[in-house]
Amino acid sequence: MSLAVIQALVLRYLFLYTRSPMRLVELIFWPVVELVIWGYLTLFIQENTTGDFPRIIVFLLGAMILWDVIFRAQQGVAISFLEDVWTRNLLNVFVAPVRTVEYLAATFCVGFLRILVTITVLGLVAGFMYSFNIFTLGWALLPFFMNLMVSGWALGMISTALILRWGQAAESLAWAVPFFIQPFIAVFYPVSAIKPEWVQTISWALPPTHVFEGMREVLKTGVFAWDKFFWAAGLNLIFLTAAGMVFFYMLTLTRRRGLLTKFATQ
Amino acid sequence: MPTPDPREVILEARDLTREFDGVKALDAFNLKLHRGQVLGLLGANGAGKTTAMNCMLGLTLPTSGALFAFGKELQAHRIEILRRANFSSAYTALPANLLVWQNLLVFAKIYRVPKPKERIAELLEMMEISHLHKRVTGQLSAGESTRVNLCKALLNKPELLLLDEPTASLDPDIADKVRKIVLRIRSELNCGILYTSHNMKDIEEVCDHLMFLHKGKVVMEGTPKDIVERSSSSTLEDVFIKIARDGEIVDETTKKEEVAP
Repeated sequence: MSLAVIQALVLRYLFLYTRSPMRLVELIFWPVVELVIWGYLTLFIQENTTGDFPRIIVFLLGAMILWDVIFRAQQGVAISFLEDVWTRNLLNVFVAPVRTVEYLAATFCVGFLRILVTITVLGLVAGFMYSFNIFTLGWALLPFFMNLMVSGWALGMISTALILRWGQAAESLAWAVPFFIQPFIAVFYPVSAIKPEWVQTISWALPPTHVFEGMREVLKTGVFAWDKFFWAAGLNLIFLTAAGMVFFYMLTLTRRRGLLTKFATQ
Repeated sequence: MPTPDPREVILEARDLTREFDGVKALDAFNLKLHRGQVLGLLGANGAGKTTAMNCMLGLTLPTSGALFAFGKELQAHRIEILRRANFSSAYTALPANLLVWQNLLVFAKIYRVPKPKERIAELLEMMEISHLHKRVTGQLSAGESTRVNLCKALLNKPELLLLDEPTASLDPDIADKVRKIVLRIRSELNCGILYTSHNMKDIEEVCDHLMFLHKGKVVMEGTPKDIVERSSSSTLEDVFIKIARDGEIVDETTKKEEVAP
């Protein structure tokens, strides 16, 4: 694997983002809108109810920000691939001396950079508007963040593999795939709220569930849930490997069927 | 103009067959491209040129047969081979919203070009488009885009160059410039060039060996002059039309009728 090639590919995406400010707006606009709506909603309910609400706003805003880590990491992989399709540049990349792992590594880096931009903005907005400090999670933020990013990369590879399999007609999957699992990974509510109960087994099989449950535990008790961290990390390892295998299989299949060129020049 | 070296084969296809849903897009296709040679692949739409080129670029896997570049099997040494090769097509583009120098810098880094900025300046000057280096790629004319794509294809001083219809949709003046550039590249880099085009003027001026494809099979090959003489045609365009319409051509040298299935 060549770092120089990965750097070159990342440089291309940086050029793309700096040349197209609208792409930066997309990174900031929707997450901020979502944060503001959720924030006002929880503030309204908090003012009109009694009980445990101060903590609930922290849960919800924390969950919203961490959900964006998965989503942005997934988008980093899937949208980077689509950028090459849209600009008819895919063939130039695939006939250049770029290994598939180098291509994927570059999209992972783009995912990481997208997260940094979004999280920084969301952290500042949440702090300014709702006095929510993302660092309430303390050092637990880092392992949670890493785990969610890896989950996002795996979902990004799956999205790209599906687009390779079904062509550009399936490009909306680049946005839809994370939402397929969102109801099951207990982002905004605990796993115990998921019904019927057997669905909870599916939830626990997904790595982000352990992160979101772990986050709630840290906020509630202040104790880092090591068991949930290890479950998330182990499951992520399995999911990332499986997603990588699916991606490589689909790419080989696309080459074998001779669809790569048609797909890239459509 | 350098003489093609008959001893050094830089690209070879052996019995290459590629089927799509039971239809043979390439049928036991053989090719040898020598260093310093410009080999033209000709044929009507669907004859198998693009499939051949895609197989040679590793974009499409052949159903059977083997491909070698610089004496090494393509799939097993793909990255090593691609570092010494390059490609330009009328049907691909560089990201439209990047500046010309940004696009070229990225590919220069991918190909690990030493002193990339100097090489980019040198190529832009060679193509007579130095004034475009800060222009947005998507705002270039077809002729300018083609020349920028050629700059990208020459960044690594390739020993093997694959050009897919480089003069498609260009006006005669720019097409003429592109042909001269291709000849200059061959002369300066002494590289082997595989060239596809539907423009017979291109082919006559640029290629020193031709292969006519019909339904995935090579139905005639030789120098442009030989082919015209052997087929009792007045122009290469006549040969092209006969093969495209009938799938056959009478070779006057051998008096043998080759009929494609």
